[in-house]
Parts: sequence; structure tokens; C-alpha cells
Amino acid sequence: MSDTTDTGPVLAADGTPLKRSLRRALRAQKIRALALIAPLLIFVLVAFIAPIADMLFRSVENQIVGNTVPMTVEELRDWDGEDVPEEQVFRAMYFDLFLASEAKEHTKLGSRLNYEESGVSSLFRTTGRDVDDMGEVFQDALEEISPEFEEAQVWYDMMSGGDGAEGNTRLMSNQIGRLEQLESSAFKGDAGFVPGAAISDILPNTARAYAAFAAFTHFVDEDVVAEEEPWEAVYAALALDLEDPGTAAALAAYDGPGADLLRQAAAADLPNVDMKSAFVESNEDWNRVEYWEVIHTYSPPYTTGYFLNAVDMEKTTEGIALRDEDERIYGILFKRTMFMSMVITFSCIALGYPIAWILANLPARTANLLMILVLLPFWTSLLVRTSAWKIMLQQQGVINDTLVWLGLVADESRLVMINNQFGTIVAMTHILLPFMILPMYSVMQTIPPSYLRAAKSLGATNWTAFWRVYFPQSVPGIGAGSILVFILAIGYYITPEIVGGTTGTFISNRIAYHISSSLNWGLAAALGSILLAVVLVLYWAYDKIVGIDNVKLGG
Amino acid sequence: MSAMTLTPIEKKPLSFALPVIGAAGGFAGLFVGTAHGSGLMGIVIGAVALMALGFVALQILGLDMERPVRWAIIALFTVVGVMVAGVPGFVLGVLFGWFFSWFIYWIGEGRYRANLAPYLTGGQVLWHYAFRVLCGAIFIFLITPILVVMPLSFNAQNFFTFTPEMLRFDPAGYSLKHYEDFFTSSGWQQALRNSLAIAPVATLLSVSFGTLAAIGLSSEHVPFRRAIMAILISPMIVPLIISAAGMYFFYSRIGLQGTYFGVVLAHAALGIPFVIITVTATLVGFDRSLTRAAANMGADPVTTFFRVQMPLILPGVISGGLFAFITSFDEVVVVLFVGSANQQTLPWRMFTGLREQISPTILAVATILVAISIVLLATLEMLRRRSERLRGMSPG
Repeated sequence: MSDTTDTGPVLAADGTPLKRSLRRALRAQKIRALALIAPLLIFVLVAFIAPIADMLFRSVENQIVGNTVPMTVEELRDWDGEDVPEEQVFRAMYFDLFLASEAKEHTKLGSRLNYEESGVSSLFRTTGRDVDDMGEVFQDALEEISPEFEEAQVWYDMMSGGDGAEGNTRLMSNQIGRLEQLESSAFKGDAGFVPGAAISDILPNTARAYAAFAAFTHFVDEDVVAEEEPWEAVYAALALDLEDPGTAAALAAYDGPGADLLRQAAAADLPNVDMKSAFVESNEDWNRVEYWEVIHTYSPPYTTGYFLNAVDMEKTTEGIALRDEDERIYGILFKRTMFMSMVITFSCIALGYPIAWILANLPARTANLLMILVLLPFWTSLLVRTSAWKIMLQQQGVINDTLVWLGLVADESRLVMINNQFGTIVAMTHILLPFMILPMYSVMQTIPPSYLRAAKSLGATNWTAFWRVYFPQSVPGIGAGSILVFILAIGYYITPEIVGGTTGTFISNRIAYHISSSLNWGLAAALGSILLAVVLVLYWAYDKIVGIDNVKLGG
Repeated sequence: MSAMTLTPIEKKPLSFALPVIGAAGGFAGLFVGTAHGSGLMGIVIGAVALMALGFVALQILGLDMERPVRWAIIALFTVVGVMVAGVPGFVLGVLFGWFFSWFIYWIGEGRYRANLAPYLTGGQVLWHYAFRVLCGAIFIFLITPILVVMPLSFNAQNFFTFTPEMLRFDPAGYSLKHYEDFFTSSGWQQALRNSLAIAPVATLLSVSFGTLAAIGLSSEHVPFRRAIMAILISPMIVPLIISAAGMYFFYSRIGLQGTYFGVVLAHAALGIPFVIITVTATLVGFDRSLTRAAANMGADPVTTFFRVQMPLILPGVISGGLFAFITSFDEVVVVLFVGSANQQTLPWRMFTGLREQISPTILAVATILVAISIVLLATLEMLRRRSERLRGMSPG
């Protein structure tokens, strides 16, 4: 050390300080490693993690109400929930429902709300059919006053305020934005129509309704706005505007296109706008407070409703409460899934332990041969094993035939072993048994047999030697195998579906049912999220006990 | 028996041997008896017959006559079997005869003690063999479903159970018609083609991405290694129904639901954990100085990878690929949701077949799949040994 002159940092061969040079090399190494991992990571994120995230999002997402009937949601915000809402709310609902039924979206909203309160679906369906008739009253009356109200061009000029008039672009873009939400697609460009600023001040409802009509006609129907006669809802909106005494006064000073026509209509006697009674006439259930409550409760864009539903609870006026006794199905299903997975896990332990023990204690050659008997089912297609169990367990199946042949069971009282819990437990125990045996085996292999002999030579009985010496050392294997089997069991779908009947099904079968048959995706997502949470907790435990890096495949 | 006997064997007294043999005979007789009406009679006849046989064999004829006596017992059982139950009885007779002729001497001559430590008590010996029998029963439980499927797939009838013809070993009871059905039915062939179109592409995707990532993960300095590993392994941990639900929602949002590409993507994601696990396990034993040596001699990283690293980790890559392949080839839940009727794979068709129009063609398909998995299992075992030899570990 005496030769070193400590006049500064140690230098690398190229003259840079060694420390920096090393750091740079390390960073390069890290970047290279990340660059190698990146493609796969992105792939998994897109193909797998994003779908899971989407499912979690769907379990709380509830934008359909706000997107389909936004004005009603707005009007209902201050509703006290005591009585059927006021006329104001019904008017908002009328214009919302009209646009939604043109876009054929009102039935979707109906089925969505039907999950929460049955009957809502038919409410929206019937009234969605009647909204045209409700507006036609006003259309007929206005056309009676002047046939000019039938002219598409007249309407177009009247609402746009004529050439060169100042336009109300904000109203138009609001309506386009709303339509985008309703149709869940993006519209580019303008609609070929902008409501006049002056006319939208005087006739706010009409301008809004006409703008909605214009946006729909241009973007969805892909027609020219000026050539289409407006919707019935626009006539209703005009009647609504003309009811206001201030409108006539404002019209007197207005001189845009169609001003005379409007003054003529304002002077005439139009039918009263009473949407509430029109709705009740269409479907008297509009008078029921419960239905309005459902719309009110589920109007925010995110909801806990699906999760509450998944744990057999519901939102009521008094807050969150358990469902009625006979409506609770998911609690039972979750309990059954847990119970059956536990039974399967315990049967796997009971059957797997002796096998793992004998494999670990036999001479290597024999053990390897017997290992084939464990690995062959492990490697055989899941469907092959499930179909084998279906064949063996059914009433005309191999096991029953053998029992009858041996005379142990009478021909007419064949055992029912399939389409119930027994069938699911037997088949799944068989299918998951290798997952129990393999981790147990790898742990037991490391336990020296001399320990048992030592215990016995010190005077322990067979049982004591096993229970006090061998068993505690094999517990990690049992733990690893149990968690693995349990994780796999609670998410099983195929086997319970085929051999489980109605009483032997799991929560996953219910999820599949909601995705493909009842189409209640939100509830399916909520059930899936709960299941996922359980699995992740178990997985975390597995990681703590065994470590993911120690996952072994087939020995 | 074997050359290594731990305990010298000695002849057991008849007072021990005869009751044991009788009990075994009674137990077997019980089943024959119940099949013919009276269990009790079966027990009595079985026990008496076996005790008589044991007495004759052990006491009167003795050890010198063992070989002819054993053949005689087998013949006797066979004849009785044929008389009682015809052709199936012949097979059962041979099996039972073989077993009891061995059992009588095994018990009577005390041979069961030969491989056990001499200090064991009688109870311990009994437990030892009872445990063996129990394990045997569990092994049978493990393997029976597969063994039952295979012969049933040759059934001449459209039944899912053994017909009387099959039990009589009548050739008329067997046929290849379910296999014929599989190979001629356009639906099954289309399903096979779909499976073969999806699985290799998905495997290719997961192997190529997975191997690269595994190499990256095995280098010494990887930031967030645990988190990355957790994400990459997650497709194996998350229950399939949840993966399927999520993929169904998300893929229908982006227009991949019901497309070939969507199914391939989904299956590739499911296969990735297997590739990662097997390839990282292979890389644990990889000697890094080899790549440094290659670089030292002027090879660029690509050459180093293909000429030095790849050949050494190839067994791991291939077995990871096989795992990924079988995952895709066997997968049914995800394809049920992500695919459409045009992507109907073999497992999908089997699943709908099992659920709805149940047809024994499924058994033929099942047998073919079992054969495939035996081949794959053998390949994997070979690769594992080769890999361990290459890495200088002992094959074990």
C-alpha cells in the first residue's frame, strides 16, 4: 500500500473515474435487462392485465343511466324520494326517452335497471314505444294552425335563424357530445346545422330538441337535416316553450325567419303539456315511487350496487340492507364454493399424503415408476378426466354397473353419484390430487429417514415418531399443496359444470351464467372481483410460505 | 426372492397361516357370493376352500412341490371361473388363481418378512402391508379413469359402459367406429384443425417473448424483479373463469372477441408463465462466463445468443414450449368466451358434447389425447434429463 499515491479517485482504463464507469456499466446492464423484458411485459399488460382491470372497472361502472337520461338525472338530483316526482322531471324524462328510443338505447337502460328492481324493463319498453304518440298531439295541433309546420326547410331556417345569424355553437356541441355518449362512438365534423343564438334564447327547449334531432339525423341516420321533418319531440318542445307567457312577448320583437309563423302559433290555443299524465297513461307504473327510487339511486356514474348484489345486499331507502331470506343466493354459493373447496383440499391431503410418503421412501427406481402413475393423470387433458368421471359415475356407468354385478346394490336402486356435490368432489379430488402430491413429495424427499429411526431407537412408538418427528417436517409440503389445490379449486368451472348438476356448482358457474345467459355483466364482474380478491390473498400467502420462484412443474 | 433379504424366513405354524389364508378367501368369496345371491355362503365357501387348499399345499405337499401346486391352483381357479361366469370368469379365475397361489406360500412360508427389519413386531408388519395396500388403492383411484376411457372408446355400441359383449371379449363388441367417426366427421375435423391452427401460433408467441424475458430476468441487476415476476406469472394464478370474463369484456371492447387473433392472444398470455418458469429454471444453472468468453473471442451478442446460450438452454425452452402448447391445446374456458363458433377447438367440442348431445366419439378423442400426452410426457422427461446432463447435474 505504500506505493499508492492517493491523489484523487481510482481511474478506469479509459481515464474516467472507476466509480462512474462502474455505475454506467451497471445502468447499461439494467437497461439491457429491461429491454429484454419489455416486449413480454407489454404483451402481458395488454393481453391479460388490461382485461382484468377492465373487469374490475365494470364491476363499479354505471354510466348507462347518466348517458341515457342525463336531463332526468339532473332534475332528480334534488328529489326527496317521498312522492312521485313533479311534472318537471317527467318533461326531462320525455325528451331523454325520445332521443334514447330513436337510438334504440332505452331498452338497454331498462334491462340494466331491471337487475335492481324487476319491472323497470317493461316500463321503459312500453313508454319508449309511446313517446311518438305523446308528441304527435302537439304536431297535429301545430300543423292545424299552419301547414308550414310540416315543411322541413321552414323548420331548418327558423331554428338556424337564417343565413348569417349568430349561432349557438355551444348548444350544438353539447348535443353532439351527448349523442356520442349515448351511442358510445365519436363523431367528427359538424352536423351541418347550428341553432341561432337569438332563437335559442326565446325557445330554449325547441332549440335543444331540434339540435338533438339535427345531430342524430346527420351523424346516425346520415341524412341532410334541412330535408327531414323534425321529430314529434320538437313539436312538443315548441308547445312547451309557447306555454310560457314570456315567450309571446319575446317573439313580438323577433324578426328572424319564421317569426310570423311562431307568433301565429303563440296566439293560437295549443293543448296543455302534461307529460306526467301522458306517462302514467302509457304505463301506470310511472306512478310508483319505487321505480323512481331505482332510477334515482343508480343515476351516479359509479355504483356499489353490483358488489352489494354479489353479497346479497341491496340499497333501500333506509340505506344498505340484506336481501330477503329467499333472495339470498350468492352467500350460499360463496359458502358452498368455500366448503367444497375445503372438502376437496382435505381429501387431497388424505389421499396425497400416503402417496407422497411412499414415493419419497421407496427406492428411486420404483418411485420413478410409480411417479408415472401420478404424472400421467396430471398431464392428461382436463376434459378427458372429467369425461371419464362422468362415464364412471353416472347411473348406467361403470361404477354402478360393477356394484350391481357384485350384488352390492340392487339394480333398481342405483347410486346417484353425479350431478350433485359428491360427483364434483370426487372428480375434482382426482383432478387436483397431483397438485397436492408433487409439492408434498418434494418436501418429504428432503426429510432424512434416519430421523425416524433415531426417534424409534430413543424409545418413541411408531405413532409418536411419526407425529412428533416426521409430520412437523412435512407440514410445509402440506401447506404448499393445500394452498395450491384450494386456489385452483375455488376457481374451477369446467368440472362442476359437467358433473355438478345444480347442487354441485361453484361461484364460477354463476359468473359464466351472468356473462353468457343473463347478460348482467356488471354483476358477473363484481362476483369475479370478489373471487379474484380471495385468490390474490391466498396467492400472497403462498408466496410468503413457498415463494413464487419455487413453483415447480411436474417434478 | 430378492438377493437382499433382511430377515431369514421361516415356515409359519399352520395355526397362523390357515386362518389368514381363510380370511382372504372369505373376503374374495364375499364378492362372488353377493354376485350370486348369498354373501354369507360365499364367505363360508371361500374360506373353507382356501383353507383346504392352503393345508394341502403347505402341509401335505410341502415346499418341494411348490411349482406344480401353484400351476394346479391357477388351473383350478380358472376352471371354476369358467363354470361360474363364462369368459369374464376365465380372466378373473386366472388372476385370482395367480394371486392365491402366490399368497398361500407368501404367508405360509413367512416370505412376507423377508424385506423387513427383523425387530418389527407383528402389528408393525401388518401396518406396513396395510399401508401398501392403501397406497395401491389410491394409485388405482388415480389411474382408473384413464384406464376406463381407453377400452370404452372401442365400444361397438353407443353406450358409455361395458356391454356384455365387451365383457365376454367377443370381437363383435369392439369396433373402431368412434375413431372412424372422429376422422370422418367434418365438425370434429374442423375442431382439430382449429386447435392445430391456434396452439402452435400461441406457443410461438409465448416462447419467443418468454425466452427473451426470462434471459432478461435472470441477469443480476433487474429493477422491480419481484413485481415484474408477479405480473408475468399472474395468468397462471388468476382463475381461468376470471381471465375469461375479463378477456371477454375487454376484447369485445377492442373488437378482438370472436376472432382468431383474439384467441391466439389469450392463449399466448396463458402460456407465458410456463415458459418463464421453465426457462428461468434452466438459466439458474447457466454459466455466465461462457457468454463472456464468446464476447471475448469477438462474437457479437446475437451470435453469442444463438451459438452459445441458445443450444444450452434449448431443452428448457422446448419444455416450456410444450407446456405452453398443451395449455393452449387443452384450454376450454377462455376459448369458450373469447372465441366464436369459427374458433371451435377440440376441447370446446368435447365440452359441448359432454354437456349436450353426448356421443361416444368423445371417448375416442379422449384416448387420442391421452396418447398425445403420454408422448409429450416422455419427451419432457427426456429433455429434463438431457438438460441436467448438459448443465452437469446428475440425472435423477
